[in-house]
Amino acid sequence: MSSSDKPTTPVKSTGLHVGEIKPGVAKKDPILIADGVRRQFGGLTAVDVAHVEIPRNAITALIGPNGAGKTTFFNLLTGFDIPNEGTWSFNGKSLAGVPAFKVARMGLIRTFQLTKALGLLTVMDNMKLGSTQQTGEKLWASVFHFLWKKKDVEIETQALDLLTRFKLDAKKDDYAASLSGGQRKLLEMARALMTKPELVMLDEPMAGVNPALTQSLLDHILNLKKEGMTVLFVEHDMHMVRHIADWVIVMAEGKVVAEGDPYEVMKNPAVIDAYLGSHQDVDLGTVTGRITLPKQGKEK
Amino acid sequence: MDVLGILSSTASFILDPTTMAYALAGLGLAVHFGFAGLLNMGMAGFMALGAYGYAIGILTFGLPWYLAAFVGIGASIVFALILGIPTLRLRGDYLAIVTIAAAEIIRLFLLTSAFVDVTGSADGLSGFNGPGGTVTNPIAGAGGFNDSNPIPDGEYGFPPFLDDERTWYLRIVGGIILAVGVYFVWRLVNSPWGRVIKGIREDEEAVRSLGKNVFAYKMQALIIGGVFGALGGLMLAFSTNVNSGVYVTSLTFFLWTALLLGGAATVFGPLVGSAIFWVLQAFLGLLFPALAKAGLLPFDSIQAAQIRFILIGVALVLLVVFRPQGIFGNKKELTFVK
Ligand SMILES: Nc1ncnc2c1ncn2[C@@H]1O[C@H](COP(=O)(O)OP(=O)(O)OP(=O)(O)O)[C@@H](O)[C@H]1O
Ligand SMILES: [Mg+2]
Repeated sequence: MSSSDKPTTPVKSTGLHVGEIKPGVAKKDPILIADGVRRQFGGLTAVDVAHVEIPRNAITALIGPNGAGKTTFFNLLTGFDIPNEGTWSFNGKSLAGVPAFKVARMGLIRTFQLTKALGLLTVMDNMKLGSTQQTGEKLWASVFHFLWKKKDVEIETQALDLLTRFKLDAKKDDYAASLSGGQRKLLEMARALMTKPELVMLDEPMAGVNPALTQSLLDHILNLKKEGMTVLFVEHDMHMVRHIADWVIVMAEGKVVAEGDPYEVMKNPAVIDAYLGSHQDVDLGTVTGRITLPKQGKEK
Repeated sequence: MDVLGILSSTASFILDPTTMAYALAGLGLAVHFGFAGLLNMGMAGFMALGAYGYAIGILTFGLPWYLAAFVGIGASIVFALILGIPTLRLRGDYLAIVTIAAAEIIRLFLLTSAFVDVTGSADGLSGFNGPGGTVTNPIAGAGGFNDSNPIPDGEYGFPPFLDDERTWYLRIVGGIILAVGVYFVWRLVNSPWGRVIKGIREDEEAVRSLGKNVFAYKMQALIIGGVFGALGGLMLAFSTNVNSGVYVTSLTFFLWTALLLGGAATVFGPLVGSAIFWVLQAFLGLLFPALAKAGLLPFDSIQAAQIRFILIGVALVLLVVFRPQGIFGNKKELTFVK
């Protein structure tokens, strides 16, 4: 990574919304829109999102206390779970009823909170699996080495580049099962990027990653934005959220309770209430933060 | 005790068509379980379809033997589709339950006297390999498998492989099918297709999240493995009569033993596993009765021959506990220990 030593100063995207800031506020250029999405598990309503829009080419953080429904919402948006009702669309195309693999092919890729590195494949094979439109993945073509050899070499170069950025290049020939928990998180994210997605949805990408690497991971997420991707990520550490997010969506008990700029939203009584249970004059970063990030001189 | 005789009969099993049939079906199981993680407990059913499809194709439909072979293969593909469409979306264990039941259904269909004209019921079918068609079915005069043998009559080879032209023809045909099959599977599993399949074996959701149509891949794997099962059945049918009594559940378990012996997630494992399995099986089947006759075992010789099945069961258990990756498998690539 070009900036692994000195942290990138995040360039915050502003002016993403239209009109007054409130939960469900319209965005100038939304990439993903969810409308009336509700998912019940028995008597429990895990997700009940009236309306939410994710701004394009920005980094949006989805935050909320444990059990708020963030992961379930991810599952619903990506076709891994089916809501009881609601509509949602990606790039203007409705995703209701679209199977998960087709959602992924459309350019909406997610990672999992409980990491799904494929331990019985090598790190390199994990990466190659991420690449899309491989001729060699077709049954008949796969038998003929010459049909896919060239593409495979290309993929390998691409994978190696990503692995280097994620500091996993030394491990490329090891089975992914031999990676540490944090390394698996990194691998899963790198693998997701192999698909060249348009929107990346990361479920707690930083959980279990050590502080030094967190910094470079944050930089990497910032680079994704530079490359034109849109990022939606779940994170509990408010310091990190403040550091890189352009926009924050807060969920509590399945509902979107607040939205806004990361600095403003954390002063929102509804957010503090969701996290702390009562109105308390505490900085959320102090409560949720694991690490102290270098000051960016942008604190308002 | 005729030690030499026992050893020589045992050795001949290395090149026995049955060994090759097992190796083919084992290869299919390797694709199913070893690489795709599909728990197929009904391989005997696929083999039965291959064998009966072939025999019925000749005897009932009067097809030439090579077209009849495709009837057997086609039947196994249809069987895979019927099994796969409802079960491949469910969790893996369901496939195991459904396949074991489906294989039994097939066997009972073949056994019932309702279709005796076609299936031969308990007697099974015979005479479909020629020569010159069969008396029971003159249309098959198009030529049986035996007629296609280009080897002149006579005995060839050296003991214990001194055999007639038909046996050698069987060995050559089986060897060719095996060689092509092994090469095909080896290519498959070392390709990007194989990568997807191995990913699915471990975590479907992860593979799905990368945009792969998991269901389609599992179906392809189920069909390919099933076709190898049918080829195994075909090989058996080339060499002898078909009878539903052969395609029982214990055949499936023998296949599993051979597969696990060689290594489930390997291409050569099923081959070597089958060879070892059959050689051991033959050896013990001759040794124990001989020992019993010599008064060294407290059983009569028929009972003594059965001891080997107990030993096979014990061996299977020991294998899974102590060397789950088999002879050739990579310990790190275990499929059922995480
Ligand atoms: N498969 C399920 N069956 C029943 N209840 C579920 C299921 N999945 C989630 N839930 C419930 O839905 C609610 C939301 O869960 P979810 O995993 O989405 O929370 P989350 O916001 O991701 O929490 P965390 O921050 O801890 O990851 C929880 O109360 C959880 O118990
Ligand atoms: Mg979660």
